[in-house]
Amino acid sequence: MARVLLKQVVKAFQDQPVVKGLDLTIPNGSFTVLVGPSGCGKSTTLRMIAGLEEVTDGEIWIGDRKVNDVPPGKRDLAMVFQNYALYPTMNVFENIAFGLQNRGLPRQECKSLVHEIAEVVGLTSYLDRKPSELSGGQRQRVALARAMVKKPQVFLMDEPLSNLDAKLRNQMRVELTSLHKQLGSTFIYVTHDQVEAMTMGDQIVVMNEGRIQQVASPVELYQDPTNLFVAQFIGSPAMNILSWEEEESCLLGFRPEKGRIAATIQPSTEEKGISLRGKVRSREILGAEVLYYVDTRKGQIIVKANHDVELIAEDEDVRLSVAAKDLYFFDEKTGMRVMGQHVHSLPLAGGAV
Amino acid sequence: MHRLAAYPLKIVERILLIVVTLVFVFPFLWMMLTAFKTLPEVFRFPPTFLPEIWDFSNFMKAWESGPFLRFVFNSFIVAVGVLILQFLTAVPAAYAFARYRFPGRNLLFGITLIALMIPPQVIFLPIYVQMSGWGLVNTLWSLILPYGASAFGIFLLRQSFMQVPDEVIEAARLDQASEWKIMWKIMVPIAKPVLVTFGLFSFIYHWNDYFWPLIMTNSDAVRTLPMGIAMLKASEGGKIWNVIMAGNVILVFPILIIFFFAQRHIIRAFIYQSK
Repeated sequence: MARVLLKQVVKAFQDQPVVKGLDLTIPNGSFTVLVGPSGCGKSTTLRMIAGLEEVTDGEIWIGDRKVNDVPPGKRDLAMVFQNYALYPTMNVFENIAFGLQNRGLPRQECKSLVHEIAEVVGLTSYLDRKPSELSGGQRQRVALARAMVKKPQVFLMDEPLSNLDAKLRNQMRVELTSLHKQLGSTFIYVTHDQVEAMTMGDQIVVMNEGRIQQVASPVELYQDPTNLFVAQFIGSPAMNILSWEEEESCLLGFRPEKGRIAATIQPSTEEKGISLRGKVRSREILGAEVLYYVDTRKGQIIVKANHDVELIAEDEDVRLSVAAKDLYFFDEKTGMRVMGQHVHSLPLAGGAV
Repeated sequence: MHRLAAYPLKIVERILLIVVTLVFVFPFLWMMLTAFKTLPEVFRFPPTFLPEIWDFSNFMKAWESGPFLRFVFNSFIVAVGVLILQFLTAVPAAYAFARYRFPGRNLLFGITLIALMIPPQVIFLPIYVQMSGWGLVNTLWSLILPYGASAFGIFLLRQSFMQVPDEVIEAARLDQASEWKIMWKIMVPIAKPVLVTFGLFSFIYHWNDYFWPLIMTNSDAVRTLPMGIAMLKASEGGKIWNVIMAGNVILVFPILIIFFFAQRHIIRAFIYQSK
């Protein structure tokens, strides 16, 4: 069990900074997810924690030990790779046992530990198979078992589910979170998939262009994004962002599920907020919900509506409205969230915001 | 359409393959058949294809013409000794070239490639002088040491090591494996088909090599099999082709055996390389 601490960590490849001064505390026993678009430095950060990349500047601490100069094998952590990285010429047993043998564990103890873990991940009957004879899901389990058997303080996972099909991915997601609860170790998990991040992490670190954008719990991240990037990155479909004429250099945003859509003929409900007119360009029926793509003066806006509300046909004129409490404001230049803004008016007729 | 067009092409392909095979196989077959003929039959014109009388005594004659057991033993020691040394040097060199970034890497690899292009005939003199300086001429060492590092082996292994995903090596590092262990326990087993191919090339080359032992040795105690066969040619004035051919059959026999058992690996190695 250990807390992981990053102090002003910088990584540059040939003078090209990839990670630009990260300060991050990963609490002991947390399931921390590093999430961001590709190239945001999340994998590099994980690899620096693992010791697979040298730190250009700054410090990394695991527990109460500074590990900058500790080789990967001595950091007391295990990593699961995206492509599993199993040893192709070794069978499942040897794959799992390799790390234990390198630690000089007695053969008998090694054997009983491997069997114990194989039982946990359901691989007992596959121990003498080669990785090439296993399915993707089974390989993933071998990779997990190989990490678990070492009983590390910290588990590192680099997009471990992205090579699995959707169904298996969901299943493994649940298994991983319950595994985390069971082991109580610190998990650091890298993904580009915000759904994965939101469903698995208890602490989410949103990264972009080598910097941390926000560190928060999933709910907080969704309800209280600190800037435009986080607001648009978290949530699907992404938050609608509009320019706002009432205030200079200020952008206005709302989540698609907070927008209300109604045919123009219906009378509007008087409520504090914004409303604007548009025309339904297309719609996607997802089952319980419907996505409307609405063309407005402000550009295309996406609204997610419940199915039980009457379906609106394509090409129909509609009125969109959003309650004041569901609006977010951002500085146009810095992208930072602006608090304490209020919608002063409720223009309806003109269709303006 | 496609099938119709492909069919004659297939036939042409087959015919070409058969012709090529005959070109390669015929000398070999002729050697085998000659080894069983009597000397008068060998010189008869027009030549016979199959021996009229199958004469097995040629093999005994070849074997008894010199210390053949000694030659076989020497050949074996040299070929295996070279092979082991080459493995021991090529694996770390290839691993370093494939996996480490260090100053001068490309230059060193370039030099290695140049070594690949220089035939031994060009550099035998300085090596002879060197061996002579060390007092190793006319010992088996002089046949083994100069071949201890193979540029071809390093090149071949490097290519194969480069195909191993980085993550596999990183996983091993996280598993606390030393570089030495990664090399021998992870990389070498992955490169096994390539190693088998290289091993065969090396073994056959040194088993058959005539030039190097000719320069470095001057007594039967350290001579190798190809020299023994060559001595058959010179021993009694006239060329007793049937006995010479019997000697050659003895020479290639171990290689045939190896091919027979390693065939599967050889084919796999080439498929692997071309992927």
